[in-house]
Amino acid sequence: MPTDPVIEFKNVSFALNGGALVSGLNLAIHPGETVVFLGRTGSGKTTTLKLINNLHSPTQGDVLVKTRSTRDWDPIALRRMIGYVIQEIGLFPHFTVARNIGLVPTLENWPAERVHQRIQELLRLVGLDPQFAVRYPRELSGGQRQRVGVARALAADPPFLLMDEPFGALDPITRMDLQNQFLSLQQRLAKTVVFVTHDLHEALRLGTRIALMEAGKLVTVLTPQQFMKSDQQLVKAYVEAFTAGQP
Amino acid sequence: MTFWQFITQNRLQILSLTAEHLRIVGISIFLAAVVGIPLGILISRRPFLDKPVLGIANIIQTMPSLALFGFLLPVPWIGARADRLAILALALYALLPLIRNTYTGIKGVDRSIVEAARGMGMTDRQLLWQVELPLSLNVIIAGIRVATVISVGLATIAAAIGAGGLGEFIFRGLAMVNNQEILAGAVPAALLALTADFSLGRLEKWLAPR
Repeated sequence: MPTDPVIEFKNVSFALNGGALVSGLNLAIHPGETVVFLGRTGSGKTTTLKLINNLHSPTQGDVLVKTRSTRDWDPIALRRMIGYVIQEIGLFPHFTVARNIGLVPTLENWPAERVHQRIQELLRLVGLDPQFAVRYPRELSGGQRQRVGVARALAADPPFLLMDEPFGALDPITRMDLQNQFLSLQQRLAKTVVFVTHDLHEALRLGTRIALMEAGKLVTVLTPQQFMKSDQQLVKAYVEAFTAGQP
Repeated sequence: MTFWQFITQNRLQILSLTAEHLRIVGISIFLAAVVGIPLGILISRRPFLDKPVLGIANIIQTMPSLALFGFLLPVPWIGARADRLAILALALYALLPLIRNTYTGIKGVDRSIVEAARGMGMTDRQLLWQVELPLSLNVIIAGIRVATVISVGLATIAAAIGAGGLGEFIFRGLAMVNNQEILAGAVPAALLALTADFSLGRLEKWLAPR
């Protein structure tokens, strides 16, 4: 199924204060894919994510979103069509759940009635009772907050979703629950998702392709099946560390 | 004559001087807020400005108040009336806590929240009004609180240049070696400072992000 890529890294490097965080990155992401960036802390995966919504601007090369370089996009317009989920802390503590979820539609000047409907719809979609709408983030559990984070990212129905270790801080059972929810959502919504994690298990479950990063470089891009069978050294190290924990 | 008798006998003058005191402090804090809060916002946006602006505010803060009154005396319009002079001087003293608290309040907003806001596509102005200011409001109020308490105390010295306020009792009492006069100025001034401290403290707590 050869489709044109909707996100493309072309020889992208990013340096901060002289230190290269990402270098020589080439990758094309196609519509409907879930590409998981897997790597250790400091491997450059979060930086790579932020290059897509222009929170970072490449020092070399170009990131193309819908064939246009992020340099040429109006950053506000670019970000409004990219849903962004980060670890639970990213919710606004002084906004209710409803206001958090309705944020982007409100910024986009949707009529109040439509924003309200959308909030109800999204609460159902992510499996939260509508009564949560009036609560504040501090009154929710970690898992509930993360659902709100996902709902907020989906609010204006963006074609893209960036997820930066969204389930990292959750207990294993809640994490599994949210991963399942993500999979069923993704089946229905077919967004183009870029997901960051350091957990191979999560990468194997959620990704259509896994992009392995190490020290700011993209090591390889493989499907989950290929990943488990690969004989590349670093990939093997991950798989071994993963299977070592299995009974 | 007991202190209490002195107070009741002079209650009208005490009230009018208290009102004058409040007016001087109120106007100067208002002016300082109108200048200081935007300045604090500005230096949180332009990192190269933070050191010079805070440095200048710091220098003003270290000047002895009587010297500052004298220093401002030759300024046209301002120097013409003692209360204008006092208001300007107090406003200058109030600048530092206001600029500094606005600046640290905004800088202290959780970076990940700011990043999330940017990632959602908020403009700089939306970020400021919807996220940074609401989340730093309690710190800014704390700055107003400190500035107000300092001003209530400093305003007593303004009586030395004839600006009025509760300092009049204090200076008169000092000249006549009359403790009751001194206390008739000092006690209401202290009560004013405590009341301002308490009520702004409550406001600050109420506004703190939970």
